[in-house]
Amino acid sequence: MGLHHEEEQHPELLHHFAEPEQQRNAASLGMWVFLGTEIMFFGGMFCAYLLYRHWYFGDFGAASKSIDATLGAANTAVLICSSLTVVLAVWAAQTARRALLLAMLCVTMLFGLAFLGIKGYEYYQKFEEHHVPGPSFSFENVPVPGHPGEYANPRHAQIYFSLYFLMTGIHALHMIVGLGIFSWLLLMAWGGRFTPAYHTPVEIGGLYWHFVDIIWIFLFPLLYLIDRHP
Amino acid sequence: MADHSVSAHSKSSPLKLYFGVWATLLLLTYVTYRVAFLELGPFNSVVALVIAAIKATLVALFFMHVWRAGEKFIKAVILTSLFFLLLLLGLTMADYMTRPWS
Repeated sequence: MGLHHEEEQHPELLHHFAEPEQQRNAASLGMWVFLGTEIMFFGGMFCAYLLYRHWYFGDFGAASKSIDATLGAANTAVLICSSLTVVLAVWAAQTARRALLLAMLCVTMLFGLAFLGIKGYEYYQKFEEHHVPGPSFSFENVPVPGHPGEYANPRHAQIYFSLYFLMTGIHALHMIVGLGIFSWLLLMAWGGRFTPAYHTPVEIGGLYWHFVDIIWIFLFPLLYLIDRHP
Repeated sequence: MADHSVSAHSKSSPLKLYFGVWATLLLLTYVTYRVAFLELGPFNSVVALVIAAIKATLVALFFMHVWRAGEKFIKAVILTSLFFLLLLLGLTMADYMTRPWS
């Protein structure tokens, strides 16, 4: 009888878990293992970046100076604000505030779209300036920061831009996947699926969103802020 | 038990903490942006990366709830991932930076 009562209280509790707490912990642990694989996935790209930055130090500085640090900083702020709204959404789910949960999920997605909009504008600028790697790439007579009279090697600068588009592109892809996850969370929240006893998807989706934010926290200084000083 | 009391305590008023972390993250973003335009020589990269590491730690501890995670294995998974990341970056750079021809 006791078991039957328990099941009625927690309809989302799967039969192979002893209690909701254990089920929640298993779900978070699984998400963290996935994020561990993501750390290694992005780690390979960060490794390539570090190596080429070491080899082509001045060329990377010159190329980095051509991207807009203010837009990068603005996008960092946008993502930090979105992380706040995600954590508020999780809190709203924990404390059964349905309207707040729906609002925070929507605001998070708006921040995500704002990030992609700013990123898209930056990409547009790079297309205009012929800084996209390929046949039309051009990076002539750009001075190397800190070395008067020296000019960046366009072939080396092109590697910087390849890494820039690869890393920000894969990051943006993660943002788009995040928007998909949050649309699904919004649908479930709209249907009233989340309760203080069961809101694991909000927590797990939140972990993913925060992780993508952390990746950007490292991309911002590495891509935008190297050799900014005159 | 200790974990339980911590989570019960932070559940009573986590909003202050969340907004505090958010304000700190925005402040650090502003600081790292401004410091990048100062001439600090090799310390420009050091300062930028230290600030990024602090921001990432804040997000993980307080927004991703690692601070009050009941499941100890989560910390083990994070530390293991960071260890292997360090192995990847450290050994690769140790190799390339000590080659005379590069």
